[in-house]
Amino acid sequence: MDNTDNIPETLKRRILDYGDELLKRKAGEDTAKVTTLRNEALEHFSQNGFPTRKMERWRNSKIIDNLSESYQLYEEQPSHDRKDFCCVIQDFDTEVITMYNGRLADDNILRTLDNGIIIGSSRAAMIQHPDLFDKYFGSCRTDEDNGFYDINTALWQDGFFIFVPANVTAEKPVQIIKLIDNVNNPLIQTRNLIILEENSNLCIVDCDDTMSNNASLVNSFTETVIGENAHLETYKLQNLNNETVFINSNTTKQLKDSSLMSCIISFNGGMIRNNVHVDLDGQGADTQVYGLYLMDKKQHIDNQIRVNHNVSDCNSNERFKGILDDEATAVFNGHVYVAPDAQHTNAYQNNSNIILTSSAKVNTMPFLEIYADDVKCSHGSTIGQLDEEAMFYMRQRGISKANARMLLMYAFAAEISNNIKIDKLQERIDDMIKRRLKGELSSCDTCVFHCNTPKEYNFEIDLSKI
Amino acid sequence: MDSNPKGNIIEEVTNKDYEFGFVTDIETEFIPKGLNEDIVRLISKKKGEPEWLLEFRLKAYRHWLTLKQPDWAHLDIPHIDYQDIIYYAAPKKRKELQSLDEVDPELLDTFNKLGISLDEQKRLSGVAVDAVMDSTSVKTTFQDTLTKYGIIFMSFNEAVKQHPELVKKYLGTVVPHTDNFFAALNSAVFSDGSFCYIPKGVRCPIELSTYFRINAANTGQFERTLIVADEGAYVSYMEGCTAPQRDENQLHAAIVEIIAETDAEVKYSTVQNWYPGDKDGKGGIFNFVTKRGICRGDRSKISWTQVETGSAITWKYPSCILKGDNSIGEFYSVAVTNNHQQADTGTKMIHIGKNSRSTIISKGISAGYSQNSYRGLVRIAPDATNCRNFSQCDSLLLGDKCGAHTFPYVQCGNDSSILEHEATTSKISEDQLFYCNQRGIGREKAIGLIVNGYAKDVLNKLPMEFAVEAQKLLSITLEGSVG
Repeated sequence: MDNTDNIPETLKRRILDYGDELLKRKAGEDTAKVTTLRNEALEHFSQNGFPTRKMERWRNSKIIDNLSESYQLYEEQPSHDRKDFCCVIQDFDTEVITMYNGRLADDNILRTLDNGIIIGSSRAAMIQHPDLFDKYFGSCRTDEDNGFYDINTALWQDGFFIFVPANVTAEKPVQIIKLIDNVNNPLIQTRNLIILEENSNLCIVDCDDTMSNNASLVNSFTETVIGENAHLETYKLQNLNNETVFINSNTTKQLKDSSLMSCIISFNGGMIRNNVHVDLDGQGADTQVYGLYLMDKKQHIDNQIRVNHNVSDCNSNERFKGILDDEATAVFNGHVYVAPDAQHTNAYQNNSNIILTSSAKVNTMPFLEIYADDVKCSHGSTIGQLDEEAMFYMRQRGISKANARMLLMYAFAAEISNNIKIDKLQERIDDMIKRRLKGELSSCDTCVFHCNTPKEYNFEIDLSKI
Repeated sequence: MDSNPKGNIIEEVTNKDYEFGFVTDIETEFIPKGLNEDIVRLISKKKGEPEWLLEFRLKAYRHWLTLKQPDWAHLDIPHIDYQDIIYYAAPKKRKELQSLDEVDPELLDTFNKLGISLDEQKRLSGVAVDAVMDSTSVKTTFQDTLTKYGIIFMSFNEAVKQHPELVKKYLGTVVPHTDNFFAALNSAVFSDGSFCYIPKGVRCPIELSTYFRINAANTGQFERTLIVADEGAYVSYMEGCTAPQRDENQLHAAIVEIIAETDAEVKYSTVQNWYPGDKDGKGGIFNFVTKRGICRGDRSKISWTQVETGSAITWKYPSCILKGDNSIGEFYSVAVTNNHQQADTGTKMIHIGKNSRSTIISKGISAGYSQNSYRGLVRIAPDATNCRNFSQCDSLLLGDKCGAHTFPYVQCGNDSSILEHEATTSKISEDQLFYCNQRGIGREKAIGLIVNGYAKDVLNKLPMEFAVEAQKLLSITLEGSVG
């Protein structure tokens, strides 16, 4: 007990020392705003430290108890092989950004496309486009005291940057492939910034993978500003090893008539925490947040979804579904806030879980906090098992037990993947879900996504018997 | 409708007087203000309590000193000075009462005004009442009938004297003195309350009821109710409460403990109508209550039904620990807040026994500037297989300045249990109103109709005597709050 209490303390001291050193070293390079925010965050972190389980939003989290002392705060980039970034979905044409241990790994770290879209490294963006960067960096709100935000703001060194100018529709989705080489137990901070100016459109596919089986702490923080009438789709695929603690924080500001479609699919990961914070700041904004988690072994997933309806006439829809096997644990905390006078709000929240074993656990907390009266808000949550009757129906028609189980689970999961608007991507993700449910996905270490296996996975069902 | 704009109607309602706001001029005995070990000893001495109970109080007091007032609820609680409260006040008694005639006529009058029959003549009402004024139990009716069945229903203080072994056996077993800040406070200074014991296999033939009344100023009320249903017993218990209209806030921190043994069933109904404060939120009762029942034996059942319309601030979570296999817990609640009232209420269902089942139906109605929160926990222990829970929490908003919040916690620890939770928040639908209007039902009446229909699921669960009162109360509290 004493031992676990001390790890955050030791780690905190190391982070603070490293932060002081970094501040001195980066003084010339950072913009004024970045320096100020770094200082503030460091100060705040030194006072508050890591979150504790006494905090409402961390009480069910296993992350705090599982931090390791051995995380390395290093800067050298270990060498890597371009071949590792093979993780391209078949026949899927995208603009690719590759990142290796939190640093841009492309030859050209910041590139401007023909239509004015800028993609690449956030550090390079800060240096090359300081005005644009400062305008948006740190402009999104977070409503929670969360030490991990502070650490990220204080220590970030790189991340991805995407800027879509006004009235531009990105032709191809931007795909970000992030590989983590855990060999040296790294503590990785990535700070990302996504900006969509008015009337623009963008789709992002964001993949996180690990390459070895050591422990690491990945603390990623993404700020997104969606301008008036701009539309963003993001798909996050998380497939990390069982030792990785992955904190994926997203804070989004949406202006008038903008829309966000976010889909987070967690295939694997030791401890994953998804903080999704959406501020609906302009009338007519619409946000859809979908999540699917397929956890087994001792994996732990924690989805913290906060949607603030700050103005009237906005819609939000949250749907999170999960299947838990072995000793996996899941936490869901959705929080819809409707500000006073945010009338004509529609908000929907749903969390459904299937538990396959008696040792898996689910904590779900769908919260509504409403201060306006002309609203339609509802939430629902369920925890249950595979439907016995449906199983019986299939068994009776000659479908093996294993296949029947798979089919049911797949149908459950497909409700989330059906929302994916890009057909090719949906096909691949469906395929990955099938593989994951069959237990194949976790067995492969290097190229986890089987992207090079062209043959699609199919249920082995003898149709003639049905 | 246009000639009667929204604001006016709301004003009209909010001006509506709290019916039970009168003060009875009755000789009352006080002890000095403040709280310390001497006060605890003094209360115990006044009650003529045995040593073990004093020890229990002191232990609780010492533990209370180490705690701080909880702040996690969605409530804005003004600072409470615990040294500025009188912890014991009682209508003065000259000697032991032998018959009803000897009861202070003023006091009888008070309870008559409240519509509580202390008079045993009024047998028609068929309800055994234990009336608690300020800190002491005033009179328990229907003693003879109950004694015939071996049912013990008396004031807590009497029970300590007459059945110390029973009280000692069960006191603090469901809500230990260490449970929370207010429970510790209550355990230290509780003054009286009701004790009820239903022996094995007895089905209590009449409804038991406690009526609580705060009368004296500057006092807090800390009563304790302990209900034990032995194997195969059944009892339906009702609780009502009112308080005079005062400008300052008064603290009410009670504990209710229920124990249901094998095959026993306890039905506990509350119509809570403490003074809610005036339309500007001045005054009113702080109702910080710990209520918990344990289904100790197999196939036992505890059912909570509450209609919450009063109190400036409510902090109350009637809970069930479902320890026995196949036990059942139920929670039905209507919580209405108006003006500046705040309520953070809900339930906890802790499933420990196999095949245990629980149902939660919570209906929140907020109007004016009030804040109404549902906070509930459903926890299924890993060994509690095949459990079933269904929760439904609906909120209705009447007015654009109020808030309705839902904070459910659902925790499942095994793969054979099924849990469902659903909640909706909305205002009264224009379609429904239009439908009523179109058929010649005025807006006011239509809202009353819709709200009553909305709360019906819960009101239906109340014993008949209470259902009528609750329905009336609901219409008084809400009349005119057109959204």
